[in-house]
Amino acid sequence: MGKAILEAKGISKFFHDPNTIKVLDGISFTLEKGEFVSITGKSGCGKSTLLYILSTMDTDYEGDLFIDGQSMRNRKEKELARVRNAQIGFVFQFHYLLNEFNVLRNVMLPGLKLGVLTEEEIEHAAINKLKILGIENEALKMPNQLSGGQKQRVAIARALINDPLIIMGDEPTGNLDKKNSEIVFDIFQELATNYQQSLLIVTHDQEFAARTKRIIEMEDGRIIN
Amino acid sequence: MKLKLLASISISLLVARWRQTLVAAVGVTFSITMFIALLSFMAGLNAMLDGLIINRTAHIRLYNEIQPSSFQPIEHYGPLENGHHFIRSIKPKNDRMGIYNSAAITETLKHDKRVMGVAPKITTQVFYNVGATDLAGVINGIDVDAETKLFSFKDYVVQGNYIDLKNTPNSIVLGKGAAEKMLVQLGDVIQISTPKGEQFQLKVVGFFQSGLQEIDKVQSYCSTQTTQKILGESNTFMSDIQMKLVDINMAPAMAKEYHKVFGIEAVDIQTANSQFETGTKVRTLISYVVGITLLIVAGFGIYNILNMMIYEKMDSIAILKATGFSGKDVNAIFIAIALSIGVFGGLLGLLFGFGLTALIDQIPFNTSALPTIKTYPVDYSMSYYIIASIFSVFTTYLAGFLPARKASRIDPVIIIRGK
Ligand SMILES: Nc1ncnc2c1ncn2[C@@H]1O[C@H](COP(=O)(O)OP(=O)(O)OP(=O)(O)O)[C@@H](O)[C@H]1O
Ligand SMILES: [Mg+2]
Repeated sequence: MGKAILEAKGISKFFHDPNTIKVLDGISFTLEKGEFVSITGKSGCGKSTLLYILSTMDTDYEGDLFIDGQSMRNRKEKELARVRNAQIGFVFQFHYLLNEFNVLRNVMLPGLKLGVLTEEEIEHAAINKLKILGIENEALKMPNQLSGGQKQRVAIARALINDPLIIMGDEPTGNLDKKNSEIVFDIFQELATNYQQSLLIVTHDQEFAARTKRIIEMEDGRIIN
Repeated sequence: MKLKLLASISISLLVARWRQTLVAAVGVTFSITMFIALLSFMAGLNAMLDGLIINRTAHIRLYNEIQPSSFQPIEHYGPLENGHHFIRSIKPKNDRMGIYNSAAITETLKHDKRVMGVAPKITTQVFYNVGATDLAGVINGIDVDAETKLFSFKDYVVQGNYIDLKNTPNSIVLGKGAAEKMLVQLGDVIQISTPKGEQFQLKVVGFFQSGLQEIDKVQSYCSTQTTQKILGESNTFMSDIQMKLVDINMAPAMAKEYHKVFGIEAVDIQTANSQFETGTKVRTLISYVVGITLLIVAGFGIYNILNMMIYEKMDSIAILKATGFSGKDVNAIFIAIALSIGVFGGLLGLLFGFGLTALIDQIPFNTSALPTIKTYPVDYSMSYYIIASIFSVFTTYLAGFLPARKASRIDPVIIIRGK
């Protein structure tokens, strides 16, 4: 057993609009370092909702969340932003790159925000990440000059730039064709095995899920497996 | 490091929407330009109009008013027990117009540190004899040097040399209007008669034009000595003592003080010319109101562009927040955008404002009423530039405040879920 880097303790979430419904019902699980875990379940069972809470973007929930042993409850907005910046890399279904910046700058931004390394060092690191993802040749292109699969790889490179404790993804391959999904999955796999990167990926793709180390299956806001 | 990062993000957003940004900046530039040009021009006009009256008016004027005694002999008696006295139709006794002890008073005033300068004056009614008719007029007996120093007498002598008035005995500087009526040329000798009926001949050495026709039709100037001779008075006779103060605002208080100390009438400029001050204030107020209105309109322009930008950049804001930028960072980014529009537009506005002011300064403005003025008057005071800068930064900050706050409060979950 490795070290627990993310721990959910009885997380529940209600939506009050239009009427109160319980979307998450006492979710508890732990994620260890280097684990590659997928979350699956029917549409509407609360996977995205859970991921937003785990990524500290949503703070309106019951229960407790520990990242690297630290409770995330009652933290200031600024502190949570810092946690997201330094310890979590997020990959969305839609790539969400900033169109005003080129690929390299997009990857560098969270690193510049963290402000630990100098700009040159960050640039160097960003190029390294792009190399891992096999898109270093696109570094100076603007996002709208890339294909969907390339954009998603840039987004993964951005998620990696600060060497986060954990990478979360909400259907990162949901918008890609078979071939590109394959590439993205291979990248995740490689990160997990070669770099001991912890990953928590929501997916609908049963094939994708089957190849991860552990599957968390959800139904109606509960973990059933 | 962090500031540099936020600034670079702001600049990228600005550049991405450079057209709208430019329009917003042009709005600021326009309003600052107009603000400066308007205030400089207004202040110039004010100074000119004030100059027309206030520069040539004493801050305090001391004179002796002929009036019935306010204390009647019967009042020595004390209050009456069984009655009341009525005294009607009191007349002033034959008193002289001049100020008693004028030399001593002048000396005292010259030593008062609050007084910038003292000029004596003798005013008398006369008739200009033109053939068979007499025109009513007023002769001001002045100390030419003091009058020039305090009231720019020299500037208003449009023909002839002002100093001849001092150097030529029995000379007169005629009001231009009066001279035209009398068909008099420089060097002519005119005849006047005094209120007591005596006649006197004076040589015309100059023409005077104040810009106020009513004045130019009646007023003329002689030296004090000549006037004393005309009136047949001694060489200490003065009817008025005029003075300018170091601080014009002290005039009302000092007038009261002199009234008490010297026991003569003292009138201050604020009381004598209250309408001018009011006019100046209203004009200044109007220019400020117009200028600030322009700035507020420009502010709305910035507010609009920022709101639009935030609406368009929702995704970017969400992603910045998801990758670790705090609400405060996002707020700073948009405030920086607003301020850079304001500062850039404002700086250009200052330049253009100066240019426009300089242009107005070149436009010819010739009017017979204002002999000393050749172009439109403007005031190049730094203070308008400072006020304009402060206002442009302030309004753009305000314009950016709400949109920036809105941006900082965007919930990334809602945006990301909305996709
Ligand atoms: N803002 C909201 N207000 C009310 N109900 C909401 C809101 N957001 C989500 N829900 C509800 O919460 C439930 C869980 O939504 P969630 O997006 O987490 O599902 P999901 O498991 O990610 O589904 P999918 O696989 O389709 O992405 C759904 O029933 C949805 O209708
Ligand atoms: Mg979902």
